Amino acid sequence: MTRRLKEIIIKRIFFLFACVSILILGLIVTFLFREGIPIFRIVSVPDFLLGGEWYPTFDPPAFGIWPLIVGSFIVTFFSTLIAVPLGVLSAVYISEVAPRPLKEVLKPLIELLAGIPSVVLGFFGMVVLAPWLQDTFDLPTGLNIVNASLMLALMAIPTISSIAEDALYTVPREFKEASYALGATKSETILKVIIPSALSGISTAVILGMARAIGETMVVLMVAGGAAAIPESLFDSVRPMPASIAAEMGEAPFRSEHYHALFATGIVLFLLTLAFNLIADYVSHKFKEVGSGTL
Amino acid sequence: MALQSSMRWRYLKEGFFFGLVRLSAFVITAALGGLLFYIFFNGLGAISWGFLTLPPTDSMTKGGIMPAILGTVYLTLGAIAIALPLGITSAIYLTEYARQGPLVRVIRIGVNCLAGVPSIVFGLFGLGLFVVFLQFGSCILSGALTLGILILPTIIGASEEALKGVPQTFREASLALGVSKWQTIYRIVLPSAMPGILTGSILGIGRAAGETAPIMFTAAAFFTAKLPSSIFDEVMALPFHIYVLATAGTHIEATRPIQFGTVLVLVGLVLVVDLVAIIIRSTIRKRKRW
Amino acid sequence: MEDNRVIKTKDVNFYYGKFRALTDISMDFEKNRVTALIGPSGCGKSTLLRLLNRMNDLIDGTRVEGEVLFEGKNIYDPEVDPVEIRRRIGMVFQKPNPFPKSIFSNITYGPRLAGLSDRVELEALAEQSLKQAVLWDEVKDILGQSAMMLSGGQQQRLCIARALAMKPDVLLMDEPTSALDPISTAKIEELIQDLKRQYTIIIVTHNMQQAARISDKTGFFYIGKLIEYSATEKIFTRPDVKQTEDYITGRFG
Repeated sequence: MTRRLKEIIIKRIFFLFACVSILILGLIVTFLFREGIPIFRIVSVPDFLLGGEWYPTFDPPAFGIWPLIVGSFIVTFFSTLIAVPLGVLSAVYISEVAPRPLKEVLKPLIELLAGIPSVVLGFFGMVVLAPWLQDTFDLPTGLNIVNASLMLALMAIPTISSIAEDALYTVPREFKEASYALGATKSETILKVIIPSALSGISTAVILGMARAIGETMVVLMVAGGAAAIPESLFDSVRPMPASIAAEMGEAPFRSEHYHALFATGIVLFLLTLAFNLIADYVSHKFKEVGSGTL
Repeated sequence: MALQSSMRWRYLKEGFFFGLVRLSAFVITAALGGLLFYIFFNGLGAISWGFLTLPPTDSMTKGGIMPAILGTVYLTLGAIAIALPLGITSAIYLTEYARQGPLVRVIRIGVNCLAGVPSIVFGLFGLGLFVVFLQFGSCILSGALTLGILILPTIIGASEEALKGVPQTFREASLALGVSKWQTIYRIVLPSAMPGILTGSILGIGRAAGETAPIMFTAAAFFTAKLPSSIFDEVMALPFHIYVLATAGTHIEATRPIQFGTVLVLVGLVLVVDLVAIIIRSTIRKRKRW
Repeated sequence: MEDNRVIKTKDVNFYYGKFRALTDISMDFEKNRVTALIGPSGCGKSTLLRLLNRMNDLIDGTRVEGEVLFEGKNIYDPEVDPVEIRRRIGMVFQKPNPFPKSIFSNITYGPRLAGLSDRVELEALAEQSLKQAVLWDEVKDILGQSAMMLSGGQQQRLCIARALAMKPDVLLMDEPTSALDPISTAKIEELIQDLKRQYTIIIVTHNMQQAARISDKTGFFYIGKLIEYSATEKIFTRPDVKQTEDYITGRFG
C-alpha cells in the first residue's frame, strides 16, 4: 500500500467517526418518532398539543399535553427571570470588577458549581426549600412553581455566568480604552461599550441557559409538584414535560398508548430544545461575522 | 453642560451599579456555597466506612450504598470508554483534516445540537434503541452507551480546543521534514494536545456520574440483591438511589440521613473529579512551553 | 511665560511592577503647539503619553512617582478624578478603535455621557466635529451606519472627531498613522496642522519624517529617559546629544 493511499484511507476513517454525531442525532429522531408517532393514530396532533387534559391512565384516557407545555414554559420563564440578571451581573463582576486574586478563585469556582448534579439540586429543593416555603407562606405544598424556578435558576446561573464571562473577556481592550479616554466612568464603559459589544455572546449564554432549564428533568421532577393542570398562582404545582416522561415511563406498559404518548412528548421537548440551540448557534455566528455591525 | 451636578449624579449611578454587581456575585456564591455546606454538614454524620463498603439492608433503611457507588463507577467508566475514542477521532477530523465548508458546518451544528438535547430525551432514545430495538434490556451496557452519547459533545469540544491550541509551527516543522500528515498528527499533535483532551474527558466523567434521567429507563435499578456479574445486568447508581430514596421509598423520613449521606458522596465524587480536571488544566496553562 | 505651558511633568518615574519604564522625566508642553515624542520602540514615549491622561491607571501593577501638572494642578493628586482629566485631555490611539455602533453614536458617546441630551445640539456638535476632522463630506449621508464599515483612514479620522466632540484642551495621539496607508496618513498630518490652532497636540510617532513635518517641538527618548528636548528644527538639524543624532540619522533604532 502506498503512503498516499494510506493517508487517504486514514482521512476517510476519521471522517466516518466525525459523522457519528450526525448519525446519532438522526437515530435520536428516528427512534423518538418510531415510538412516538403511533399515538397520533389515537389523537390528532392539535388535540395532543393543545388538549387541556392529561389523564393517561384513565378509562378512556386523555392525552392532551398543553398543561405540561405550559408547565415547562412557566418554570423556564421564571427561572430565566431570576438567572439572567444574576448570571450576567456576576459575570460582569468576575470579568470587570473583582480584584485579580478573587477573580482567579471565582472563575473556576463557578465552573465547579455548574457541575453539581441536578438530582442534588432537586433533593435540596425538596428537603430544604419546600418545607420552608410551605411554612413561611402557609401553603398546602412547597413543591410548586416558585420552588422549581428557584432551583432551576440555581442550576442555570453557573452556565450563564461562565459563558457570559467568556464573552465579556473577549471584548477588545481598544474599546475600553476609547471609552475611558472620552471621559466615561467605569460603569458607563461597562454598560454602554463592553456589554453591547459582548451582546451576542451574552445572548447565546441566555438561550443556552433557557434550553438547559426547559430540558432539565430531575429538578422539575422532584420539586415542581406534578399537577398536570394549568396553574393559577405561582404557588401552584405544575408538571413540566420532562417530569411527566420521567415519572410515568416506569409505569407505562410497553408500547401502550401511554408509552407512545410519552415518546411523543419527548419529540415536542426535543424539537423545542433543538429550536433553542439553533437560535443560539445563529445568534453567535451572525453577530460574529458582521463584526457586530449595528447596535 | 451642568458639569458638577451631572458628575455627582453619574457617580451615584456608578455606585449603584457596582453595588448591584457585587450583590449578584455575593448572592450566587452564598446560595450555592450555602447549599454545599448544608449538604456537607447534614451528610457527614451518615458517612462511615461501613456506609461506603456495605450493601443496603432492611429494605434500604439501613446499611450502606456500596452497590450504588460501584454501579455509578461502572456506568461512568463504560461511558468514557465509548465517548473518548469517538470524541477524539471526531475532533481530529474537524481540526486537522476538514476544510471549512457546508459539510463541516453541518457536522458542527450536529455536535452543538447533540450537546443541547435534554438528558431525558437521551433516556428515551436509549430506551428505544438499546433496550427495546437491540434488545439489550435495562443494563450496564445500555446505560453506558446512553451516557457515552450524552457526554460525546463535551469530549469533542474539549479535544477540539486542545488540538487548536497546538501551535501551527509544530505541524509545519514536522511536515517540512517530509513526515506524512497522519504521522505528524500521531507523533506531534496528539501528544501535545493530550493533557487538554484528558482534562475535558475528566469533566465528562463528572457529568456522566451525576446524570439521572438517562439511566432511569436504561440501566438503573431500585435495588439489586447482588452485585452485577456482567454488562447485561441492571445496576444501582448513586443519583438514582437519591431520587428513589427521597421520593418513592417506604420510609422517606427514616432514611433522611442515608439520603444526605448519598448526596454527599455523589457531590463529593463529582466535585473532586471536576476539581482535579480544573487544577490540571490551570497547571497546564501556566506551564505551557510554547 | 508660565501661562503657555499647559502640561508639565516633574521628575516622573513610572513602573510596571518592578520594571522602571520612565526615569526622571521633566518636560513642559506648550499651548497650541504640536509636540512630538520620538525614540526607538520600548523607549517609554507611549507610556509617557498615556500617563498624561491617566490611561495607565487601567493597567494592573503600575506605579507613578513625581508630578504631572495640568494647568498647575497635579493630576495624580488623590483628589483628582481621572474621568474629569480624560474629558479635558482627549486621546487618539494607534489602531483606529471606533465602537461597534453607528457613526453618529460614536461621535456623541462622550458628550451624551457628559450630560448633553438635546438632539439638535448633538447633531450640530457631530457635524462640527466631523468637519474639523475633515470627514463630514464623506459620511454626512451615512451617519446612521456602522462605523465598522468605514475604511481604516476614515475610522481614524472618526476617532479624532470623536475626541474633538468632547472639546478637549489637549489632544494626545499615540502613533495615529502607523496603521494607515500613505494617503490617509497625509490627510491626518494635514489635519493635525489645522487643529493646532485650537488645541494643544502631543503626538507619539516612530516616523521621524512625520515628526519633522508636523511638530514644533520634539523630545527624543531612549530607554525610559528624555535624552533631548527642543525645537523640532534644532533636533533634526543640529542636535546637542550624540545619541539623538545617531537615531535621527538612522544609525540605530
